[in-house]
Amino acid sequence: MTPHENVPPAPDRAPKDRSMQLQKDMIAEHFRRLEQAPETHEPVVYTFVPGNLTELVRSFGALPLLPEINALQSGMRGMSRKYIAEAEKAGHSEDVCTYVKCDIGMIKSGNIGPTGTRLPKPDLLLLSYTGCYTFMKWFELLREEYDCPAVFLHVPYQSDGRLAPEHRQYIVDQIRDKVIPALEQVTGRPYDEEKLRELLGHSRDAEDDLVAVFESAKRRPSPIDAYFGAVYYVGPIFSAFRGTPEGVAYYRALRAEVEARIAAGAGPITPSGQLDDQKYRLVVEGPPNWTSFHEFWQMFSDEGAVCVASTYTKVGGTYDFGFRHDPSDPLGTLADYCGGCYTNLSLPQRIDMLADYVREYAADGFLINSVKSCNSFSAGQLLILREVEKRTGIPGAFVESDLVDPRYFSAANIKNRLESYIQMLAARRIGSSAGGAA
Amino acid sequence: MTSRAAIVDRALALYEDLDFGSVRAWCAEEGRKAAGYLPVYAPREIIHAVGMLPVGIHGGRDRLEIIRGDAFFQSYICHLPRSVIELLQSGRLDMLSAMLFPSTCDVIRNLSGMWQVLRPNLYTRYCDVPQVLEAGTGGRFWRQELETLLHGLAEVAGVTPDVEALRRSNAVYNEVRQVIRALYAARRDTPWRLPTEELYLVLRAGEVLPPEAFLQMARDYLAATAADDARPRDRVRVIVAGAFCEQPPLGLIKTIERAGCYIVDDDFLLGNRLLTADVPLDGDPLSALADTFLRHAMPSSILYEHAPDGKKRLMAQRVADARADGIIFAAPSFCDPALLDRPMLRAGAEAADIPCIAFQYSENTGQFQQFREQAGTFSDSIKLWGGQA
Amino acid sequence: MNGFVGIDLGSTTTKAVVLAEDGSILGKGITNSRSNYDLAAEVARTEAFVTARFGLLRREVERVAGAPVLDRLMRAFRVQQNLVQMRRLQALVDEEVDRGVMPGLQSPTRATLEAIFQRVEAEEEAWFAEEDPPRRSDFFRDVVGSAYTRAAEALVPDTGLSFDLFLGLWDKCIIRVENEPIGLGFADHIHTAIARLGSPPAVIEGVQRALAVELVAATTVGTGYGRARLPFPKEQIRSEILCHGLGAHAMFPNTRTVLDIGGQDTKAIQVDAAGIVTSFQMNDRCAAGCGRYLGYIADEMNIGLHELGPIAMKSTRSVKINSTCTVFAGAELRERLSLGERREDILAGLHRAVILRAMSLLARSGGIEDEFTFTGGVANNPAAVAALTRLVEENYGHRTLNISPSSIYTGALGAAMFAAGITHAGSGRAEGATS
Repeated sequence: MTPHENVPPAPDRAPKDRSMQLQKDMIAEHFRRLEQAPETHEPVVYTFVPGNLTELVRSFGALPLLPEINALQSGMRGMSRKYIAEAEKAGHSEDVCTYVKCDIGMIKSGNIGPTGTRLPKPDLLLLSYTGCYTFMKWFELLREEYDCPAVFLHVPYQSDGRLAPEHRQYIVDQIRDKVIPALEQVTGRPYDEEKLRELLGHSRDAEDDLVAVFESAKRRPSPIDAYFGAVYYVGPIFSAFRGTPEGVAYYRALRAEVEARIAAGAGPITPSGQLDDQKYRLVVEGPPNWTSFHEFWQMFSDEGAVCVASTYTKVGGTYDFGFRHDPSDPLGTLADYCGGCYTNLSLPQRIDMLADYVREYAADGFLINSVKSCNSFSAGQLLILREVEKRTGIPGAFVESDLVDPRYFSAANIKNRLESYIQMLAARRIGSSAGGAA
Repeated sequence: MTSRAAIVDRALALYEDLDFGSVRAWCAEEGRKAAGYLPVYAPREIIHAVGMLPVGIHGGRDRLEIIRGDAFFQSYICHLPRSVIELLQSGRLDMLSAMLFPSTCDVIRNLSGMWQVLRPNLYTRYCDVPQVLEAGTGGRFWRQELETLLHGLAEVAGVTPDVEALRRSNAVYNEVRQVIRALYAARRDTPWRLPTEELYLVLRAGEVLPPEAFLQMARDYLAATAADDARPRDRVRVIVAGAFCEQPPLGLIKTIERAGCYIVDDDFLLGNRLLTADVPLDGDPLSALADTFLRHAMPSSILYEHAPDGKKRLMAQRVADARADGIIFAAPSFCDPALLDRPMLRAGAEAADIPCIAFQYSENTGQFQQFREQAGTFSDSIKLWGGQA
Repeated sequence: MNGFVGIDLGSTTTKAVVLAEDGSILGKGITNSRSNYDLAAEVARTEAFVTARFGLLRREVERVAGAPVLDRLMRAFRVQQNLVQMRRLQALVDEEVDRGVMPGLQSPTRATLEAIFQRVEAEEEAWFAEEDPPRRSDFFRDVVGSAYTRAAEALVPDTGLSFDLFLGLWDKCIIRVENEPIGLGFADHIHTAIARLGSPPAVIEGVQRALAVELVAATTVGTGYGRARLPFPKEQIRSEILCHGLGAHAMFPNTRTVLDIGGQDTKAIQVDAAGIVTSFQMNDRCAAGCGRYLGYIADEMNIGLHELGPIAMKSTRSVKINSTCTVFAGAELRERLSLGERREDILAGLHRAVILRAMSLLARSGGIEDEFTFTGGVANNPAAVAALTRLVEENYGHRTLNISPSSIYTGALGAAMFAAGITHAGSGRAEGATS
């Protein structure tokens, strides 16, 4: 769900933070290892971002591979249109998730990954079913393509606004009784709890730094863009690098970079250049569009709008509400992690979170990017809009696009709404400073 | 015994009543409460055991004008939640004291949260059915979920949870599923006596009537059809697959039948027969109900398929069981479960040389011409060439 | 004097409004939007200034020569504008005959064209000569286009030439005429127009005084869907949401909710007591239920768009239509007709379906507060207004519904107010006429 590379081709438009290069190198190395896995016999585990068990997978010496990330990168590289067409030709409906179709189409087109290397077949499909029904179908579909074992982790939805103790226990039981034996069988290694504790400690360290980065957006000017910029920041921790020393190093470097920007009073680097003059602070709900990612971002930065908080950057974990991986309770902490991902939160919890963000990050407004593909996000967003407006007294904006289907990104339509929204915020600001206007 | 025409008329009246008059009347007469549930599977036994009336909420058909519902949903979301919200916001569901949201898909899941926001004082429960089948994990989880639900509903109903009452409810719903299975078997064997447009209405009545009343109606109907002297006609036998959540308009069912097809198996109102075996009546009734789900839930799009070749085999097996000539995949527009499953199910069917067609509908579809043509062509081609057109 | 210009570049028409410093409307202009946005904006602006000049002239000429003379002068001016465009059209058609017609047919074609254009010109002259001519479209394309077609229908059959050839020539050349900058301004044609009236000295003097007033476009603000194409700096571009909100507030100062149904989109806007937008919603990316949907229906039924509403008003029993999807509109319509439903009942159902979509947007934006102002092309459709009135009453109770006959200028008026720095009610209040 996060871009690691494929920063846009035009160098003058590309965000050029040093951490970007670091991340790019990490990813390239990871995909190189994946490509060579058939020779090196490193086991490959396919899994998903929300509720992934990366530390556990890594503790068995296996390499995680995340189909959503491949799909979104296909979107950024301009390949998704072709892949989606390929899947629709094979009988997939136009109505369903384009991540799935993009992935299926990529497999049918030779399975070349985001860095141009061939992707290995999975040794195990680890379906951690967290907050998205489509994942379940996605792996059923992948299983048709590959002859490999699949193991299922059912994470109950937090419909009561919390992970109930019995639900936590259910997850722990499944990890212990099903997931670990499956990993043992595929990798030929026994479960090593000490190793897992060590990796969970790395996770916790990286998470501390990531939260510091997120919270830096409370400052004026914000040194980061907490939506478009932050999808890069969450890249390593949402994917293969949670619990790794490389991950720890990346977040240490990132935090230092952000602190340097704070010291310099500098804003983030955006497609419109370094955004120091931040006219509007926005909170964003919903995933970005990947096919026109930079065009979309630039619509914000051209208006002087900076995103100060987003929910999408919490799909791989809601660390800013205090959760950290805890090495002292390895399976319990993984259960807490899975249950607490943003996609697994109830609608009232999501409303609370957005309203809190608007207040805590002193936002001028909030915007919902509603994507056609993702019912987990989108169903109910219009009620979220209304409720957050009611709670904060601030009108919200609503735009529609898709994850990786370029047919559902209408630049003119989105720009029109966004401009209208920003101008409305400006008019309200003038209106309120004039004490209710003439 | 009531005449067949009277039964169907009564069922049709219940189907058409978007104000749930029969439910309101029941609540008033009995002085008891009602609990709604959405598709696909809700444990109605639990609702019944606390003395409440289980009420299936299946949208607004093609007759409900959507004024408030569209304000909540984007154009790329299926129709069902719009009409359900319309029913809610127009006061048509105000006789419900509780609402259950089964884990059918993300839209229904999120609808549970919308309910919590729109009706903060109403008992709302998301029924997250187990996706793992081991007794130690999935079994323990689901029994606990059922127990939580039982206590929650008992509080709403103002009663104490009662093991014996639950056992009786398990028994009643065993009978309900038995009669539904008998109706399906009769239609499979003699579809000319049980047109689906009638059978469907009778089953819809089972979504709003108390189970005891439905049992009477269903048995009377079954008996009446057995006495029917209609003769078989030259029609093809089809399975209609994919219509398990948002229900097709009655006009679509009629259209398929009038285009030369006997529907001999389907997914309509699937939750009423998802459990394919009786719940054992000895031992702990909660465990028995949970265990029956784990062991005997029908394969469907709402449950993870654990067998690697399960999706591939499913339709061929159903076609064999129903002695069908072909499959009509009829899915609601934007229905993730049905549409994501379809390529797998269809590939399995076609690998077994089973003729298939596919189309999409929504509950308020108002025009059937294109379905008539497709279903008509399909049945003709099967009659002429065994579907190998 | 300073004029403040607002230009609303819509998907179907482009509108311009010129305001005086005191906020009063000096002039308004409208033209059909075309592939060349700059030119459409220029034509609308020119038109607005022409009407502004006539506005100035009104005082002068009415005083010395009376109101009827001014009307006649205005008509003379229109005729001159049309004739200059027609001559340009004729020249282009002539070139096209050289290029596209077989040598053997060129000369009979030319002769027929000559006769057609003579008739068109004669029609124009007749319109001018008439004492009290019927109202007609302001657009050159409409006026001359229908005259050309009538003339061709009368003349072509006797020549043995193909009628389609003449329609093709028209289609090809009208677009070029519309996209060429032709001087249509006040100063370009006022003198020839006066000559048509026999050059009465009092009128000449009035015109001179009006011309002496320096009318400058002090600031221009652009809005509308095509606004990004306008060659204006960013600060002179305002979203149509803001402009519609402010324009509606100007026309009806008590407005709190605005519904605009245009060709391509539908907007629901909430404004505060000062006309500042507090919330808005637009239709999603699907154009179902917009004005264009009614356009498809009209095409499908082979009737004019403006006829839809009046036909639907005859309905006694509205048919329930479930889909406002433009893709399925035709099929649904044909099926209903084949089921024997009456045309007016189907149309009534279609109008209700369009308004139901709008009701959803209104609910999303925060509901309908009193007063409620309805703008956009669909606001001129009586069946849409009737359906809206009923649904508002049923769902929100009584609301004062405002519809201005000039509602098409709402966005341009708001833009002009932004240009003039006026953000209070009063401008264009004369435009407001509660229905």
